[in-house]
Amino acid sequence: MWRALAVFVACFAGGAPAQERLLPLSELRSGVTFAGANVRAMQADDLANPGMLWVERGETLWNRSAASSGKACASCHGAAQTSMRGVAAHYPKYVGDASAVLDLEARINDCRTRRQQVPALARESEDLLALSAFVAYQSRGAPLAVSVDGAARAAFDRGREFYFQRHGQMNIACTQCHDQNWGKRLLAETISQGNPTAFPGYRLEWQSLGSLQRRLRACLFGIRAEMPAPGAPELTDLELYLAWRAQGLPLEAPGVRR
Amino acid sequence: MRIPDRRLSRRRALLAGGALAIAPWLPARADDRDIANIAALAAFLAGRRPRWERMRLDLPGLADNGQAVPMKIVVDGPFAPGPYVKAIRLFSQRNPVPEMATFEFPVAVERVEVDSRIRLAGTQRIVAVATMSDEALFAAGADVVVTIDACMDGT
Amino acid sequence: MPDARISVPQEAPRGKPFEVRILIRHPMETGYRTDDTGKPIPRNVVTMLTCRYNGETVFSARLSPGIAANPYLRFFVTARESGELAFDWVDDRGVRGSERATVTVV
Repeated sequence: MWRALAVFVACFAGGAPAQERLLPLSELRSGVTFAGANVRAMQADDLANPGMLWVERGETLWNRSAASSGKACASCHGAAQTSMRGVAAHYPKYVGDASAVLDLEARINDCRTRRQQVPALARESEDLLALSAFVAYQSRGAPLAVSVDGAARAAFDRGREFYFQRHGQMNIACTQCHDQNWGKRLLAETISQGNPTAFPGYRLEWQSLGSLQRRLRACLFGIRAEMPAPGAPELTDLELYLAWRAQGLPLEAPGVRR
Repeated sequence: MRIPDRRLSRRRALLAGGALAIAPWLPARADDRDIANIAALAAFLAGRRPRWERMRLDLPGLADNGQAVPMKIVVDGPFAPGPYVKAIRLFSQRNPVPEMATFEFPVAVERVEVDSRIRLAGTQRIVAVATMSDEALFAAGADVVVTIDACMDGT
Repeated sequence: MPDARISVPQEAPRGKPFEVRILIRHPMETGYRTDDTGKPIPRNVVTMLTCRYNGETVFSARLSPGIAANPYLRFFVTARESGELAFDWVDDRGVRGSERATVTVV
């Protein structure tokens, strides 16, 4: 607890070492370890995992040439199994062409508009979910490894601040549940560490695959805070912080959660 | 430490025998109450009473989420050369649509297992009924507790 | 675009049951939900799925809103002759889906 306080204070004193995590790698646990046996079994079984339906759809979209430009993702990137291997584990990431930190979905849209000359896909649209699930699937098993230095530093700092700040009617900060009370019960559920490794993932409550941003918005709704719009920069900032906090944990996409 | 004597004593044997003797006259097993509690089940049975044996309905006691609850139905064989399972029906005590599913086997199969994921509108009892090729009925029931999410999801 | 994922063994011993698994992409909309404006979302579920083995129906499932979204089914079929398993399904709107798989009986 004192360690937490020290890091918390150091964060706002500026000049805090970015490498100091509250939960070191040895203590990090994926959300799947807090899930019940049935949810774990569903994630482990590629045939029963509903998220794989989006992965399959994503593969079709990856190979589909746009009518306007005649280009498919595959035209430049070839087989995703090769070109996208391990890529999603490095997102969110600062992308020079866009002069911004982009998460996987934003990067796909950036590619579409800038290089494929097709319109961007709406957040949480079936096609964007399918493409991001397919790309993320190529990094399944890869440890999260994001860069938070240089041009990404400002977004990282904002994300970290958001995480430690109280929000909503319940006036709770993410750290209070996910650093200080993980493992404890909240009604019938066990509080996880809030690691993002399952996403894009299938949430039983959604009856659909969804993005990490959707899960973060749901969390904010849960503490009765105003939800940023999908794609809002504060969500990307938070994604970056969470990815840094979870680095070393393998990506599970498409995960299954309750 | 005293180790309990588990041999069947004469007293116990007499009690067990007595219980077996009067069992058919005891009040109906709890499972028969399902027929009274689930109208759709009573309608299907139309006065027939299934045997509450030979069939397994596996459902978690506590569902992770009522939207998708893993379910397994097993009817124990062997079947050939005798009657085989023709159909399995699934009934819900609380869902708006109480007839949840009907699985039909027009061709006999030695391994009768059906897995799926069901949707439950709250804590309730589920009953599965198997109809054999000679019209005999077997049934099994299970209770599932469905809780609300700890944190509401407004997305 | 793929509508379903199927798992069938490549080879099955003659006379013995083999496992069939299918996962269908479908919202199984119950008809009891409302959208953000309060308007009811109409019911649309897969009502019937059949599995035909070399043309003969070996399994069928009549479903309802009581089956979860993206319905998953696992069942067994007796291996007789090598051939094709044909899965066909239809929903409340009359939209049909189908997938095929082959099995070699040894």
